[in-house]
Amino acid sequence: MSDSPQTLTGRGVVPAISLLGFLALWVISAALTADPQILPSPFALITPFLEELRTGTLPFHLGQTLIRVIWAFGLAMGLGLALGLIMGRSQSVNRWLDPWLVVFLNLPALVLIVLCYLWIGLNETAAIVAVTLNKIPNVTTVIREGARALNPNLDAMAKVYRMPRFASFRHVILPQLAPFIAAAARSGLAVIWKIVLVVEFLGRSNGVGFQIHLYFQLFDVGMVLIYALSFIAVMLAVEWLFIQPWEWRVRRWRMS
Amino acid sequence: MIKVDVQCKSFGETPVLGKVSLTIEKGETVAILGPSGIGKSTLLRIIAGIDDDYHGTVVRPDNMAIVFQEPTLLPWRSVIQNLTLLHPDLSKSNATEMLERVGIADKSGLFPGQLSLGQQRRLALARAFAGAPDFLVMDEPFVSLDAGTATAMLELTETLIADCKPATLFVTHSQAEATRLATRIHTLSGSPATLDLITQKGT
Repeated sequence: MSDSPQTLTGRGVVPAISLLGFLALWVISAALTADPQILPSPFALITPFLEELRTGTLPFHLGQTLIRVIWAFGLAMGLGLALGLIMGRSQSVNRWLDPWLVVFLNLPALVLIVLCYLWIGLNETAAIVAVTLNKIPNVTTVIREGARALNPNLDAMAKVYRMPRFASFRHVILPQLAPFIAAAARSGLAVIWKIVLVVEFLGRSNGVGFQIHLYFQLFDVGMVLIYALSFIAVMLAVEWLFIQPWEWRVRRWRMS
Repeated sequence: MIKVDVQCKSFGETPVLGKVSLTIEKGETVAILGPSGIGKSTLLRIIAGIDDDYHGTVVRPDNMAIVFQEPTLLPWRSVIQNLTLLHPDLSKSNATEMLERVGIADKSGLFPGQLSLGQQRRLALARAFAGAPDFLVMDEPFVSLDAGTATAMLELTETLIADCKPATLFVTHSQAEATRLATRIHTLSGSPATLDLITQKGT
């Protein structure tokens, strides 16, 4: 909790050491296994990784997955935000929709994916709908908590001053929801890309999940790791380049 | 100009307000006195249009302003944006001028959280008067301030009301505040509460 200079440097150093420790564990495990078929050493992955990069196969499949993640993320966040806001602000709507929410929260991702493929067909729409439906209940639950915590006095103020609907949404409601949106986005992104992989594994002919399926059948542990780690790197970049700067911007008023 | 005709207001089965009739003309300042918990804020919320769940009618102008017990600012927007976002027609220079009148023009770029509580209340006053309201509603605006600040705020409010001449309604439990600001004083008492006129200053 304390912000002393020591912990500030610790913020960069500790994660770095921790990650290096993970790498060391991998190297040692690979050495002990002594079977690159089961667990190749991290250094053995560098050449095939560069090869995949050079041929463009890896960027292509990463891109395909990323597009699906962006679509599903955008749809799930938008619809979840709207639903959560309505359910948090209206008791009666909440009473009607809450059972649905519980059903969808407890519906296994796999069931939704299979049903979407069966009903909509083995296509892109089905893939994105499946991922979106999987994620909406979580976003809704988090945003609903935020909507319940909205300050009624600010609402009253906006009402008396006749603030236009959109302006009051943007300047009164959204800033209060920002921490909840950030929490939903963060957990959302992580869950969504994992579900996208399952969707691709089961019924798409490109993307990281498809490639992992392919190399699973070829029993190529190395390539499975290359694709998985590459996408983790992409998601880390998204977190650092987009989510954290945005969060910093909307939290600025708290820190000053 | 403002015509209040409330038949009754209940929370669940409990009646809070009885029959309340009140008219306020432009330039009049009306105080409603009463002990805590009597229903002053409830009545004020009905008159301000925040609470629609009552029997009766209230006629009020469109251009209204309110000052709450708490400053009730937008803490995530800058001091000057707290004026311009609420009054889209207000130019930047007019907003700065308004801040100047309440004595916080040098703070316009800060966030409200960086101001003292007294300065936040000044900002809330600036916000109320920036739109030159036809009707101003104040809910215990000087409560929980130390004596010095309360006097300063009272003087400032007096000046702003004198310049802008809105119809003003405020609730308070302080006889002194009521006597100082109001041209007419009512008390709210009983259960369910009703209004009595106690004093009317000669015009």
